[in-house]
Formats: sequence, C-alpha cells, structure tokens
Amino acid sequence: MLASYDANGFYDELFGGPGNPALHTDPIRSRLGDLDFSDLKRRARDAERELYNLGITFLVYSEARAVDRILPFDVIPRIISAAEWARLEAGVQQRVKALNLFLHDIYHDQKILKDGIVPADLVLGNHNFRPQMIGLDVPFGTYIHIMGVDLVRDDAGTFRVLEDNGRVPSGVSYVVENRHMMMRAFPDLMSDIGIRPVDNYGVKLLEAMCEIAPADATDPHVALLSPGPYNSAYFEHIFLAREMGVPLVEGRDLVVQNDRVYMRTTNGLERVDALYRRVGDDFLDPLAFNPDSCLGVPGIFEAYRKGNVALANAIGTGVADDKAVYAYVPRMIRYYLGEEAIIPNVETHICREPEALKYTLDNLDRLVVKPVGEAGGYGITIGPMASKAELEDCRAKLLADPANYISQPMVALSVCPTLVDGGIEPRHVDLRPFAITARDTWVLPGGLSRVALKKGTLIVNSSQGGGSKDTWVLESDGPAVAALDDGPATVPTPVRAQNQTQGPGTGQAMAQPQVTGETAA
Amino acid sequence: MTSLLARYAECIFWMARYMERAENLARILDVHETFARDSHGAKSWLPIVQLNADQDRFFARHSSAGADNVIHFYVLDQENPTSIISAVRMARENARQLRPLISTEMWTQINVFYNTLLELPPTELTRPNLPRLCRMMKEACQTHTGITEGTFFRDQGWYFYQLGKYLERADQTTRLLDMKYHSLLPRTADIGSPIDISQWSALLRSASAYHAFRRVYPRGMTPAAVAGFLLFNDAFPRSVVVCTNQIDQLLSRLTSKYRLRRGNLAMERVDEIQAALETHTIERVIAHGLHEYLDWLQLRLSDVSLEIGRAFFGMEQPAAA
Repeated sequence: MLASYDANGFYDELFGGPGNPALHTDPIRSRLGDLDFSDLKRRARDAERELYNLGITFLVYSEARAVDRILPFDVIPRIISAAEWARLEAGVQQRVKALNLFLHDIYHDQKILKDGIVPADLVLGNHNFRPQMIGLDVPFGTYIHIMGVDLVRDDAGTFRVLEDNGRVPSGVSYVVENRHMMMRAFPDLMSDIGIRPVDNYGVKLLEAMCEIAPADATDPHVALLSPGPYNSAYFEHIFLAREMGVPLVEGRDLVVQNDRVYMRTTNGLERVDALYRRVGDDFLDPLAFNPDSCLGVPGIFEAYRKGNVALANAIGTGVADDKAVYAYVPRMIRYYLGEEAIIPNVETHICREPEALKYTLDNLDRLVVKPVGEAGGYGITIGPMASKAELEDCRAKLLADPANYISQPMVALSVCPTLVDGGIEPRHVDLRPFAITARDTWVLPGGLSRVALKKGTLIVNSSQGGGSKDTWVLESDGPAVAALDDGPATVPTPVRAQNQTQGPGTGQAMAQPQVTGETAA
Repeated sequence: MTSLLARYAECIFWMARYMERAENLARILDVHETFARDSHGAKSWLPIVQLNADQDRFFARHSSAGADNVIHFYVLDQENPTSIISAVRMARENARQLRPLISTEMWTQINVFYNTLLELPPTELTRPNLPRLCRMMKEACQTHTGITEGTFFRDQGWYFYQLGKYLERADQTTRLLDMKYHSLLPRTADIGSPIDISQWSALLRSASAYHAFRRVYPRGMTPAAVAGFLLFNDAFPRSVVVCTNQIDQLLSRLTSKYRLRRGNLAMERVDEIQAALETHTIERVIAHGLHEYLDWLQLRLSDVSLEIGRAFFGMEQPAAA
C-alpha cells in the first residue's frame, strides 16, 4: 500500500523527514503496508456511514438552511511518539500557565503592561478585554479552564504554535469519537500498539468543574450551557454533557434569583454551582454585556461576581487568544515563568516594533501579513501569492498603521499519508491538543488532527473540505527509538525554514488560502 | 435523587408522542390501502384527511382527495405538519436535544429513520409500494419502541416518555374510532352488511386489534362491540382505558417515587376520564352519541397534556426550591 508513497519533501508524520526517520511508527507502517486498498476503502466508507448515522455532525449554514454534515474522517492515523508528546504536553502546560498568569495580571495589577512587556493599548483597547473583570478573583487564578492550542509542524519537524484558543475551543468530541470509530473499524491495526486512551476527557472536565465550584457546594451541581441546537458545535455540547453526565442547558433553562443561579427542573428550581459555558462573553448576560442577547441568563454575571457560580472559561479570556497578543506569548512565558517557550511560536514579527517593521517591508513577498484588529482572517496578505499591486497596497497600509499588523513566514505544514480515491497520498495536517485546568493542568494525550483533504491545499477547515484523523500518542516508543537516546525527531530545534514557499501560516488554520500542488513542490 | 431538566421532560414527552403518531398514521395508511374498499372496489381517501382534521390544509394544496395526493400529503410532505416525515422530524429534533439523556441506539435509530425518509424518492410513493413502505415505517417506529424499552434508563425521563406515548395512543384510538363513526355508524341500514364488516375489521386491523377482538368475540362483529373493545377492553394495549390507567399510574409514581408535587391537577383530570370510562357502557355511549363522547375524551386528554406541561415543563415560573 505504501510502496509508491512520496511525501514530496515535506516532513511526514508517518515516515519522518530526510535524515530524521520516524522510527516509532515502525509497527504501524508495516501493518498499513499489508492492508489491501479495497478493504481499506470499504472500512473507510463504513466508518463514515456510521458517523453520519450516529449524527456526529456539525451544522453548516447555507441559504438560510442548516445542513448536518460529518467531519470527513480519514482512517490512517497520525502517530505521535511518547517522547514528542512529553514535550508537547509540557509545552501546552507551560503556555496555559503563562496565559492564566497574564489574565490574572491584566485584571489586577497590570504589571506586565507597566513593565512595557506587552503594549497597554493592545490589551486595554482590545474588544475582548472585559473591564467588569478587574479586581475579581477566580479560583486558583485559573481563567482558561479549557484550552485548545493549534500547532503545526514545519519542514524541520518542529512543532510550532499557530494560534491559541482560550475562549470556547471546540473539536475535542471528534478526538474521542474518532478513536471509538477506529477501534470499531480497525481493531487489527490498533491491537498491541499501546496507544494512550482519550476517553476520560469528560471525567477530567467534570473533576475540574467541581474543583472550581463555590466552596459551600459540597456536592456541586454542574451543567453545560449551550446556545442551542442551531449552534454549529451542538454535537460537541451534547457529547460533553453526556460524557460528564450533566444536563445540557440553554439560557431559558436557567434563572437567577438572589444572585444565585437555578435551573428549571420537573420539581421546580434547583441550584447550579458550576457551568461549562459554550456561550461567548457577549451573549452570557444581557444585563452585564450585550443587552440584545437573548441566549444568556440575566443576572448571571452578578452571581458570578459574588462567587455563587463558577464559569469555565472565565469571562474575558478572549484577550489572551488574540492574534496580536499571541505574538507576545513567548515573552510572557519569559516574564512570568523565567523560562523559554517549550513549543515555539511560528516566527512572528510585531510590526509596531521598528526592526520587525523594517524586516517585514523588506521581505513582503515572502511573508504573510495579518491585521490584528480584524476578525475572521479579513485583510490578510500572502506575500508569495500576491500581485505587485497587492504588495504595494499592503506596504502602504503597514506604513500607515504598523501597530495593526504582524507578519509570519509561510510554514510548510507537515503531511500525513491519507486515503484518497486513487490510493494513499500525502495531505497537510495540523494538531489541536486540549488542556483542562483547574488547580493543575491536564493535557488530553492526543488532539484533533485536521487534514486538508484536497490535494495540495493547506486548508484544514471542515467547511472547505477538511477532515480529521485519529491521533495516536504512543505509551512508549519501542526499543528502536529508545536506543537513539532522544533522537533527532525530539530535539527542540526551532529552525527557521529555508524554503518558505510551500504554504502560508496565516495564524489561523481555519482559513488558510489554497496553494496548488505545483506551487508547493 | 437526580433531578430532571424541565425541558428534557418536555422533549422526551413529545418525542414519544411524535413517534407514536407516526406509527399510527402508517397503520392507517396501510390498512386503508389493503382492506377498506367499497362494493365497487374503489375507495375514498377523504376519511384520512378528516381523521387528522386537515381538510383546510389539504384542499388548499390539492383539488381532490385521491390516493396519490393523500399518500404524498401524509408520508413525505414536509410542509404538512401532520405528515409522517414531519412527525419523525419533530421526534428527531426532540431526540437531538435529548442526546445527553437517551441512549445512543435510540438517537441513531431515529436519525437513520429520518434520513431514510428524506432520501426516499417520491417515485417510491406509488400505491403498489405503499404496503411495503408502511411496513417499513411501522417497523421503524416499533423498533424505536423496542430500543427504548431495552436501553432507556429507568429514571424520571422514562416516566415522561411513557406518559407521552400513552396519551398519544389514547388520542389516536379515539380519532380512529371517530373516523369510522363518521363514515359508517349513522347508516343503520348498513349495519351487519358485508361492506360494513370489512370496514370495521379494517379499523380493528389498523389498531392491531383484529385477532384480539376475535378472541373476545369469536362470533360476529358489531360496530358496538368493536367500538366498545377499542374504548373499554382492559387487556388491549391500545384501548383508551388501558392507556388512561397507565397515565394514572405513571403520574402517581412520579409523585411518590420522585416527590414531584405538582402533578395534582393532571391527576384530577385523569380521574375524570377514568370515571367516565368506568361508568359508561358502549350501548349508552352510542345512544348518547359516540362522536360526542369521543370528542369529550379528546378534549379531556388534551387537558391532561396541558396540565402535565404546566406542572413539569417549566411553563410556569416556580418559586425557588
């Protein structure tokens, strides 16, 4: 099956890179090689059918009609060695810790702003900054209880952070469901491999929710707050509520009386102590935030402020996963923890800084330039793909308002063998690990691997033909790898990619522009 | 003791009702096609439209109640809220919200059933295909009932599921009787004639009551006996009295086992129905007007539904517990 496979020079998740073979995938490579193509196809079809029948879907809106779609599922797993994972886990924990310290700081003494590490206007003028949170203490100083970190692996095999998701990161349901799917469809591929389990996510989440619940709640009542069935991630809300064994509530199910939150049950009102909310800040409480919102619960912010209900994530975390703030996270880690970032960022130039601006202007045709104040990927210029006029336009905007821009090199995303119509071909992947934090941070061993199913594209976004893969974290790396004693695949070398024409790292994998196969080669 | 979200109670109640409704409609369409023909072998499909009180909606879209029109209207017409596909869609929408509560099998089966209906080409809806189609739909509904019976956790939610199912079933049985009452009973001359018997036996078959009825009444079949059986037989699972007794027990259990204090008004309404069922004979009912009696029953059942909603589904703002 894999005899004619060629990764086209990209770092390959199954084979590794040139001079940098992925020895830990040995047993799986040989098993995959033995599989028959038509058998593989049949099993893949069955698996997708099952996903559809189980309703493991997300909603896509088109012309006022909501359509249920499954996230296409690729049956060839992406494998992460135990050693690599140990580093990623430590890196995610470090990042969560720094971001929580940052959030506590900016809602209290604002030392990092006073010390000039992060520009004050970037934080205080950010539309995700919530002045209502100033001076408010949250349990364990944890603001980001659930965090999803978007990682990419570059052509040197180095994992880099592309984006932080510190508000309502989604996708963890696919991690767990994909695993269930694989266990049903490919028991032969998985047996005796030693894959770390992912299905205790709900238990861990509930533990964290109980930890942050008000102290007077001896047997905390937890619920998941969802915007409702028309939210695109509704399946995930269902999944998480079920995994935690708690009710999935909507705003209309809750009521606040005397600054306490209650839910309507068949027997009247019952107190709620902790809410995992999948509703954005703006929509949470019309009294405190957006008055037009009817999704939320009037008065819930006051109950929260008084410590009568715990919310995860805390209010006002959006400022920490902002594109502009992202660029400062390595400095935050240094500032608060006195450490270097274990997982480096994608190299980022902050154009408000003169040197970075000069570098960006000098290398416009090789960089991706992103406005930080814009939402939804609007206004991005991809240097290598831009026309002369577009580059000049970008230059003018940069000069007019440098503080509004960052720039990054195009990242040659790693690939993973993927089942397509004609056989097995390389497709680009990213990775979103999930971390749960209350007193401590726990990282789910695995994560959502999104895959760009269309040949040559870097778009892993589900609405644009992206799919997902099961992500296997190995319990141990086997004798071949151990003998290498921390082999090259695990060395943290943030090497700057030399040939950066393969694809953009636009800071958000959800909206990466298409790069054709020819351009990438 | 774990509590139940009011909205979940409402969703599961309605999920059960919609699935029961879909099954009944499939039964009626099936039997209507297979058995009920007049002396010329032809038949009118109008009674089905009348049964659902859909005359206005139906004739706004179709000029005549022919087989094709009626079948399409009641199987696949998504814009008709009383069609089978609409009922299954509503059941699925409720099931979707209930997924933290119900078993994966329950959800999957409804989801697959709905998708099967969605993918059904309209060309499948021919009269020769109808029996096969109805069997598929009936079996899907019964599979749902079986999966629920076998997998649904027996907590409060289960009681609300059962409440919905029995309320809908009682209601459907009264409607079924009412449909035949309109077309048959007033014509006293026809009573006992061969046509009449085929009509009434079709009615029994649509309620899966034919063989049970035969066991109780091995000889003869009178409209009074059929109507009496469907209303008052305490062993037939779709009779109004059996359904009402179930509702009564379910409400009592919710009060005693789960200490739900609000169900009193609903229970009082059920008591009224039970009293009316116990004190009447079918002869007296017919003498006073079967249609009026059925109408009264339907209104009382609807009251019960309303009171259950008021008591348990968070329609009223209760005081803090």
